[in-house]
Amino acid sequence: MLRFLLRRFLWFGITIMTVMTVSFFLMHSVKGGPFDGERKLDPVIEANIKARYHLDWPLWRQYLHYVGPFNLDDNRALFAEDSDGDLQPWRSSNPAGQEVKAFGGVFAGDFGPSFRYKDFTVNEILAESLPISMLLGTLSMMFALALGISAGIASALRPGSGIDLSLRLAATAGIALPNFVIASFLIILFVFMIPLLPVAGWGTIQHMLLPGFCLGLVFAAYIARLTRTGMLETLSADYIRTAHAKGLSPRTVVLRHALKGGLLPVVSYLGPATAGILTGSLVIEKIFFIPGTGSHFINAATNRDYTLAMGVTILFTVLVYTLNTLVDMAYTLLDPRISLEDE
Amino acid sequence: MAPQRFLRQVLPVLLLLGILAAAVYATRGARLAPADFVFNNGTEIQTLDPATVTGVPEGRAIRMVFEGLLVAHPKTLEPQPGCAESWEVSDDGLTYTFHLRKNARWSNGDLITADDFMWSFERFLDPRTAAEYAYMAWYIEGAEAFTTEVEDGAPKHSFDTVGIKKLDDYTLQFHLNSPTPFFLELMAFYPMFPVSRKNIEDAKEKYPNSWSREWLKPENIICNGPYVVEFRRVNDRVRFKKNPMYWDADNVAFETVDALAVESYTTSLNMYLTGAAQWIDVPPANVIQELMPREDFLPIPYLGSYFYRVNVTKPPLDNKLVRQALSLAIPRQAITESVTKAGQVPAYSLVPPGMAGYTGAEMAHGSSYEADLARARELIVEAGYGPGGKQFPTIEVHYNTADSHRDIAIVIADAWAKNLGVNVKLLNQEWKVYLDTQSSLGYDVSRSAWIGDYADPNTYIDLFMTGGENNKTGWGDPEYDRLVRMGNSELDPAKRMSIMAEAEALLMDAMAIMPIYFYVTQTTYSPRLGGYYPNVKDEHFPKYWYWMDDEELSAKRAAYPDDGRHEEVKAWGPSEGLYPPSHPKARNGQRPEEPQEAR
Repeated sequence: MLRFLLRRFLWFGITIMTVMTVSFFLMHSVKGGPFDGERKLDPVIEANIKARYHLDWPLWRQYLHYVGPFNLDDNRALFAEDSDGDLQPWRSSNPAGQEVKAFGGVFAGDFGPSFRYKDFTVNEILAESLPISMLLGTLSMMFALALGISAGIASALRPGSGIDLSLRLAATAGIALPNFVIASFLIILFVFMIPLLPVAGWGTIQHMLLPGFCLGLVFAAYIARLTRTGMLETLSADYIRTAHAKGLSPRTVVLRHALKGGLLPVVSYLGPATAGILTGSLVIEKIFFIPGTGSHFINAATNRDYTLAMGVTILFTVLVYTLNTLVDMAYTLLDPRISLEDE
Repeated sequence: MAPQRFLRQVLPVLLLLGILAAAVYATRGARLAPADFVFNNGTEIQTLDPATVTGVPEGRAIRMVFEGLLVAHPKTLEPQPGCAESWEVSDDGLTYTFHLRKNARWSNGDLITADDFMWSFERFLDPRTAAEYAYMAWYIEGAEAFTTEVEDGAPKHSFDTVGIKKLDDYTLQFHLNSPTPFFLELMAFYPMFPVSRKNIEDAKEKYPNSWSREWLKPENIICNGPYVVEFRRVNDRVRFKKNPMYWDADNVAFETVDALAVESYTTSLNMYLTGAAQWIDVPPANVIQELMPREDFLPIPYLGSYFYRVNVTKPPLDNKLVRQALSLAIPRQAITESVTKAGQVPAYSLVPPGMAGYTGAEMAHGSSYEADLARARELIVEAGYGPGGKQFPTIEVHYNTADSHRDIAIVIADAWAKNLGVNVKLLNQEWKVYLDTQSSLGYDVSRSAWIGDYADPNTYIDLFMTGGENNKTGWGDPEYDRLVRMGNSELDPAKRMSIMAEAEALLMDAMAIMPIYFYVTQTTYSPRLGGYYPNVKDEHFPKYWYWMDDEELSAKRAAYPDDGRHEEVKAWGPSEGLYPPSHPKARNGQRPEEPQEAR
């Protein structure tokens, strides 16, 4: 287990560095910058703004400053211009004699100021929006699991029956219908026709019901299908026959013996599903006006808010990686034949 | 097996705790008491610092919390007293003297003096502040050099070289480069609003590394407008609280105001329809027709112009006749009637109506679209294309990705193809890429729009000076530049306007831009909202707003004209009304105590 975690940690470092570097240079290579607008700026004013955000630096220097651990800001620059105007390492030619601030940038957990929302740092924005997204994501995931697994089991117990057919039809519909269609339909139903729930916003439990449902529905459908397949396979396994032969009640056989094995495909799906909920919540956040992280993921890119886009990308990478690791660990709980040590 | 047992027993507990913690954290402070008034500001504001923003939503927020020397009248938008109670203009139009009111205070109780304005203008113009709108103040003597000439990372000239002088604690004088007829309007424009020196200097001392953000935090910001900031939540709302120190607080009705950041038009409308917001900036385009007859949707002309820029450096568009032909063949009436639908006005000139004293110069056009088409076909032949002439090359219509722009481009492309035999391709690009293509002249014909900064034709005419940053057409005419410069230093308003119109006529003849339509306002607001006036800049001032009681609302409705445009709808807001303390109908009929003398 320890070796597994160590290896995962090593790969984690490599993954993060790759994601960070590739997205940094990709983003800066896209046309347009954070301060371009319909009104083109006076060249002098534009230069002032770029200087303030270090966009006048060469890209490699912006990258080093962003990543850290050395803070290259202003006169704490790691490199300074010598008399010929060339960049020289700071230690030999630091004119002001100031200390290099040892830590800064992503390595110090500092994602920098947002270029778009100038009154906030990326850390502040993420700290405010992530718990909201996590809560919404958890809610919809719990809902997806509850609905998906019970539908899957019900289907698998009587394959080919009316219940099975209608549940599979519902699952197909759940996958096929985009969540904004479902959202619109539910808003018409539960807000305008039967005024039960608030139309949008965030704060109370009532605010979370519709978005949680809409966000979770498609995953519930996938989970139902996976559970059905997994259960069908397990139910025909030898050890289930043995359990039946032992005289255990059908209930115990299904819930305690078959379910464990039948859920393996669902567990492996949880990793990608979580990633999907995180990044896919954009539409739901927009429709229901929820101040979560999902909308920043897209908006930051269209706004060329370099730091915020980087921050969200890195954060999502960390989350997806961690959750995938947890999923792999959960495998060992469900299937005694799998050992992480053998990997 | 030990790690497995650990996982089995501890993990679920940890997970559950995590979820609980997230739930508590994510919903903290969420059970807000509803604000007296909620409006949708359209998007999250970029900052509250008046010096560094340019957007409409930012303007709305900043006018809540800051106030300049002058403010705009809510109906006419004419400059009226703000921090300054009176002013004089010298006969040559070069010197403006403002007398500050002596009862204006910052929200921390400090008096607002000439020093505050001196310091704020210095900060605004300082290149290190990187103010996008700094050029708006370059009409002031020495201001341009102060912003643009830098030595060792600091302004080369001292602020003494700038024509802003403090005569005494309550008197300020501005010296201009040349007479600037819209200077008073500029002084009511939010980038010129002051900020508190104490606010920023305290923050610098307390947060040496992050002061540029910290001074704007609700707990630190010092305001001088009708409201202060209670809290902000990104992509959710800014909550404003009435500023008791404001000199005119007696006339401010709402105690709390929420500015929401709803970006989806549909969600915004849904919130309005359920009363979660009582004023929204834009409804979705596909419901406009249903909103048109309602009393809460009354579009009026808006100071905005929708047009196509033409790249005049690229054949065949370098030929004026071709540009004129293409422009004549745009079915403007069809676009406003069946695409935009909210009562937009077909445009034959660049400058929209609503500029006091100005009559725009229209492009040459006939009395009907058919006549225009006939003329357009002649022009194409004259230019050497069409039957018996050269094959007309394919033209690309460039626009930023949005359904509304696509729909208009399709109608125009279709008209050009059908009536002039011109092959047209559509090219849509993501916003920032589109802007880049436009400024680097990488297009043939490009969708554009411009919203006036102030109600003077110069805000449009100025764009197309030779080599201007916002020209983006490659077009230039020395005569045009001369006229614009002459117009802007002309003291006699009538003469000035006619010179401006002469310049516009040149532009309309050259057809470097093809006008399409003029905007209308699209705000939708509760009929109960009092003190609200639609105006040409769609610029609004919640300071004047209040809720009418049922009595006043019925009186308002009784006076509606019978034009089928005033169908009664649900009026959001308290039926007993909410009036400012100075109003006889103020709650309990009692006037609150006078604000206490601070300190």
